[in-house]
Amino acid sequence: MKGLKLYAILYLIFLYAPIFLLPLFAFNSSTIIAFPLQSFTTQWFSALADIPEMHKAVLNSLRIAATSAVLATSFGIFAAMASTRYRFPAQKGLMGFIMLPLVLPEIIVAVSLLVVIVNAGFSTGAWSVIAGHTLICTPFAIAILQSAFASLDPALEEAAFDLGETPASTFRLVTLPLVMPGIISALLISFTISMDEFIIAFFLTGADPTLPVYLFSMLRFPKLLPAVMALGTLLVLASVVLLTIAEYFRRRGIKRAGAKDTGGFL
Amino acid sequence: MTQISTANRVKPTKPLIEMRDISKHYGDYHALCGITLDIHEGEFFSLLGPSGCGKTTLLRVIAGFEGIDSGAVLISHQDMARVPANKRPTNMVFQSYAIFPHLSVAQNVGFGLRKSTMSKAQKEAAVAEALEMVGLKGYGARAAHALSGGQRQRVALARALILKPKVLLLDEPLSALDRKMREQMQVELIRLQRQVGITFILVTHDQEEALVMSDRIAVMFEGEIAQCDDPEILYRRPKSKRVADFIGVMNFLPATLHSHAGTIIADVAGLGEAEIAADQCPAGIPEGDALVGFRPETLTLLYDGQTATQREAAGVISEVVYYGDMTYYDVTLVGVSKPVRISMRNVFGRDVLAVGDATRVSWSAGALVVFP
Amino acid sequence: MLISPTALYALALLAIPLGAIVLISFWTQTGVRDFDTTLTGANYVEALSDPIYRALMFRSLRIAGLVTLVTVLAAFPIAYFVSFGVPAQKKSLWIFLITIPFWTSYLIRVFLWKVILGYNGVFNSGLKVLGVIDQPLTFLLYNANSVVITLAHAYAPFAILPIFVALEKIDRSLLEAARDLGENRVMTFLRVTLPLAAPGVIAAVLIVFIPTIGDYVTPELIGGPGGTMIANMIQAQFLRLNNAPLGAALAVLAMLIVSVIAVAFLVLGSRASGAKGTRK
Ligand SMILES: Nc1ncnc2c1ncn2[C@@H]1O[C@H](COP(=O)(O)OP(=O)(O)OP(=O)(O)O)[C@@H](O)[C@H]1O
Ligand SMILES: [Mg+2]
Repeated sequence: MKGLKLYAILYLIFLYAPIFLLPLFAFNSSTIIAFPLQSFTTQWFSALADIPEMHKAVLNSLRIAATSAVLATSFGIFAAMASTRYRFPAQKGLMGFIMLPLVLPEIIVAVSLLVVIVNAGFSTGAWSVIAGHTLICTPFAIAILQSAFASLDPALEEAAFDLGETPASTFRLVTLPLVMPGIISALLISFTISMDEFIIAFFLTGADPTLPVYLFSMLRFPKLLPAVMALGTLLVLASVVLLTIAEYFRRRGIKRAGAKDTGGFL
Repeated sequence: MTQISTANRVKPTKPLIEMRDISKHYGDYHALCGITLDIHEGEFFSLLGPSGCGKTTLLRVIAGFEGIDSGAVLISHQDMARVPANKRPTNMVFQSYAIFPHLSVAQNVGFGLRKSTMSKAQKEAAVAEALEMVGLKGYGARAAHALSGGQRQRVALARALILKPKVLLLDEPLSALDRKMREQMQVELIRLQRQVGITFILVTHDQEEALVMSDRIAVMFEGEIAQCDDPEILYRRPKSKRVADFIGVMNFLPATLHSHAGTIIADVAGLGEAEIAADQCPAGIPEGDALVGFRPETLTLLYDGQTATQREAAGVISEVVYYGDMTYYDVTLVGVSKPVRISMRNVFGRDVLAVGDATRVSWSAGALVVFP
Repeated sequence: MLISPTALYALALLAIPLGAIVLISFWTQTGVRDFDTTLTGANYVEALSDPIYRALMFRSLRIAGLVTLVTVLAAFPIAYFVSFGVPAQKKSLWIFLITIPFWTSYLIRVFLWKVILGYNGVFNSGLKVLGVIDQPLTFLLYNANSVVITLAHAYAPFAILPIFVALEKIDRSLLEAARDLGENRVMTFLRVTLPLAAPGVIAAVLIVFIPTIGDYVTPELIGGPGGTMIANMIQAQFLRLNNAPLGAALAVLAMLIVSVIAVAFLVLGSRASGAKGTRK
């Protein structure tokens, strides 16, 4: 186990290497992203304030991510409830199909949506990115919500019904409070995925780029790279904060349901 | 023993729940086949049977959680077909207790009062009263997940009883408790049932539990009711070999029956001839081969010098199982290969017999039950 | 009936588009937005016979295969360590640590690998400072190697988690039983742990292999001419070369090949573990 532990630590260094480098270059005064480092500066962060296109892209992405997260989580609630509560014909096939985007290369999702949208005579835009992101976030939301619903004893809902509540008030008084942590972490994770997704947005975003699409275009201009590093640092920070919140809610959910913690998000 | 005798209680007989020829399938599996059963007002009724026989299904049919394919359930003469679970005058104590983990003990107990017209103070009083009834006075503010198994069960009981249902349904409520706790809760449940006076229907696969607690017991096998009687009759006069086997220990010996001058005579292998009373015999088999059963405690081993008060047979002890207060002897009777089991209360100063000892057995014809 | 909204959505936004792309792959592009809709197999003939597309397809398979091999081999010891070597209450912290990098911007992570592996990159300058090399190593960036390293990094949690879950499910008393029956640690690992972890390994292989073969960003940013993959060609056909039908045919072919490989792998895997007669 000693050797394994050393290996595990080296592996973590490998995993975190790019993320640790990011702030180094973001606070480095040189315009070239390379060692040796020069002096400390926060100019790249202040430079971010002067790129209005980027602000637009950030807002666009936030809007898309929030909408996709709400849609994907709602779809996730339906599917997770159906698959943990009931047995129905073709269940496996249907669920497998809904979970398919989890393994389907994103480029395929992107081009096939593009083909349909273009041929149906619509123009692409934020709505088409939302449609695509909802599609790929739904499986993640389902995976999280399934474990939330599965750890919920069905007798709890029956007990509420038995005590005179209607199916709707049972859902409001018992089901919802108990799966709420799962819902919150599904929302946060869908949001994070959508914020970060590039290829679908690249194909479907139309005239208003999302943040990753805008970033991708920035990468071609060496002059802009330090600002990219600064932006990246902020993004990583935001992701970590969101994930920590998500993890907190996930654990609280498990604790509430009185179950044992078994691991991460997936 | 802390058991409360149920044998001499006044047995109420007004039917509260009437089940008429109920059948239910899961796919092509027959979970309930033609159940017809009346359960009376104020009685402690048990559904007893091996795992998978359909006890839970029947209980959930009464509660309204499961639909039925054919037949009818009536509660207070009212057909329940179109009445959903939340509108039925029944409440349930779930096997897992189903205590809401996000609510406090008091909120759990008061859950069913949300829509009632009581004032807040009245509701609080009702919760306090229900908690006191189950021995949890002062536990109201506790978080639900900080309770022991026995306490959770009490909360579940209080929660179900607060709505004053006509029927309380209990699905194996004691199976998750350890033996000591279980025996204590048995006594408490009986006390509680007497106190509130409503009908309790208990599902259990533990025959001892059913015998201890119930006014009447329905024994179920494979979706059918094999016998429904009070505990004493069920134990002494089981209607079939299967029921006899399921409840306690029953010895079986082959016998031939013939009638003689209006009475039935059984010639029992290893024991000899005896007259059989009509109520010990299923109707319609007075002649030919049959099986005779008797409980271990209905036979007595005779020690040297003792004389039989009734009939007597000879045998050899082939196995001795010592239980402290009791000893079980397996005795091979003359001419019968399979030994019969006889239980004897141990008496201070009397030696336990040993394997291989020759012995005499005293028996009485009244203890025998004839099976087809 | 609860599932219907989700199922309908998946049907509308996944089944119909996938159907459409299959349909279009049999058309011919005649103008910027115009198609000749008579069905023809010409796109497939071109996709299969043109050596450029064939080479690209094989390279994608090779790179994805290599990425899968490297990722899963590197992931197994980590999953094993977290499952067997970490105290129970710290396990979810480790899993959390492993998943965090995965949730940070993919684009930026890929770009930073470019910074790490580049001519004046972190790696080369580090080695120069240490005096190991005088001239920067050039085989690191803009080729298949850099793509493999970057993708192995990106898909690490996808490989670790399924294996970890499979290892967690192993009843620890089985291992004690094997030891009790006289096997040493190594043999216990080979005869009990590894076969029981097989479903997790199979899941890891598929979940890494399938998306990597269609990855676009990594080959685009750091693949160079020797590292481009099929997704880049599909993108080019759709957005730059204006030959959507050919792009669609390439996408359909890629999907088909991936499905065949995945199914073959699943069958082999279930046969291998089925042969042991204990698992369904
Ligand atoms: N929802 C269901 N779908 C299919 N079969 C079911 C379902 N519920 C119960 N069954 C089957 O019906 C039969 C009776 O089940 P039931 O739960 O009533 O048994 P039980 O007598 O309560 O047994 P136990 O003592 O194990 O609780 C069992 O064979 C069970 O497998
Ligand atoms: Mg049951």
